[in-house]
Amino acid sequence: MSADGCGAPAGGAAVPAGAGDQAVVEGRVLHDGAPVGTGYARLLGTGDEFVAEVPLAGDGGFRFFAAPGSWTLRVLAPGGLRAERVVDAGYGQVTKVEVTI
Amino acid sequence: MSRSDVLVDADWVEAHIGEPGVVLVEVDEDTSAYDKGHIPTAVKVDWKKDLQDPVRRDFVDKTGFEALLSARGISNEDTVVLYGGNNNWFAAYAYWYFKLYGHQHIKLLDGGRKKWELDSRELSTDVPERAKSSYTAQEQNSDLRALRDEVLAAIGKRNLVDVRSPDEFAGRLLAPAHLPQEQAQRAGHIPTARNVPWSKAANEDGTFKSDDDLRALYESEAGLDFGKDTIAYCRIGERSAHTWFVLHELLDLANVKNYDGSWTEYGSLVGVPIELGEAR
Repeated sequence: MSADGCGAPAGGAAVPAGAGDQAVVEGRVLHDGAPVGTGYARLLGTGDEFVAEVPLAGDGGFRFFAAPGSWTLRVLAPGGLRAERVVDAGYGQVTKVEVTI
Repeated sequence: MSRSDVLVDADWVEAHIGEPGVVLVEVDEDTSAYDKGHIPTAVKVDWKKDLQDPVRRDFVDKTGFEALLSARGISNEDTVVLYGGNNNWFAAYAYWYFKLYGHQHIKLLDGGRKKWELDSRELSTDVPERAKSSYTAQEQNSDLRALRDEVLAAIGKRNLVDVRSPDEFAGRLLAPAHLPQEQAQRAGHIPTARNVPWSKAANEDGTFKSDDDLRALYESEAGLDFGKDTIAYCRIGERSAHTWFVLHELLDLANVKNYDGSWTEYGSLVGVPIELGEAR
């Protein structure tokens, strides 16, 4: 994703080469053991403050580039499916999380 | 102008699919979403390829806009219903852009693509074939668009609404958290701007909050003076188009402009004032 765009591609943007200073939160969403290809992952801050959202990729994947700290990850999918996880992010780290809904 | 003049819900769209004189348009930055499946009969507009000049940082000119709409088979009399991903950011941007070039009959699908998907409504991969039209645009309406000198002159005088996330406003992030933090320009916000993240205007399913909630959000909570002119900005002008839609179209405030140069321009200007830190 270049700097002249601002959209959230399905699954989240790719990690740029040499991005050792990024605080990445990424993972996958599953339902009955299968990837959820239609749905949304949102990152929330303190007090449920919205931070970012990406549509899930076909393999249920998502990725965020957060500031360091503790975040709430919320997943929404058709049929009223939803789930939440608390995740920690830090510079130079890739925090991986698998969510079953 | 009332909410029903500018906003339609998914049931309305389902009932009007294929109706002559109604054209559904999906607008995204990442158009792979359209290719994967879109609302039946919808045509595609690419926020970058179709709406931005390929060389200069600016819009396509009037002739280019006329060519785009003509190629999509959209006529001046058609009711255009816009929707898209990212909670309608780019659809709201296109709404503002179509207004800028004078399109008369235009509405936004409340909740956009997200609400449609979460409702498990029908998506199609068929690309419609529409006969070309002969569209005539108006000259750009400068009442809707703010440029950088106007923004600088507005510091401390008009309402400036920074609709980015609190971390971007404070200077801790340079881009929304779904993107790599890659840019070199300065972080922070325009002095005297209030921080009202676009997301506060939307429900979790992407639909807009009620008029009463929106009025309370901007007037009571954020302290905007509704008697003053307002300029909204974000990073590239699409999230602030969402807020422009709320203030100008839903709340019917006069003199609201979108600064599409936004932080990618302002944060790279030499010598302009910048503030850091939390919203006051």
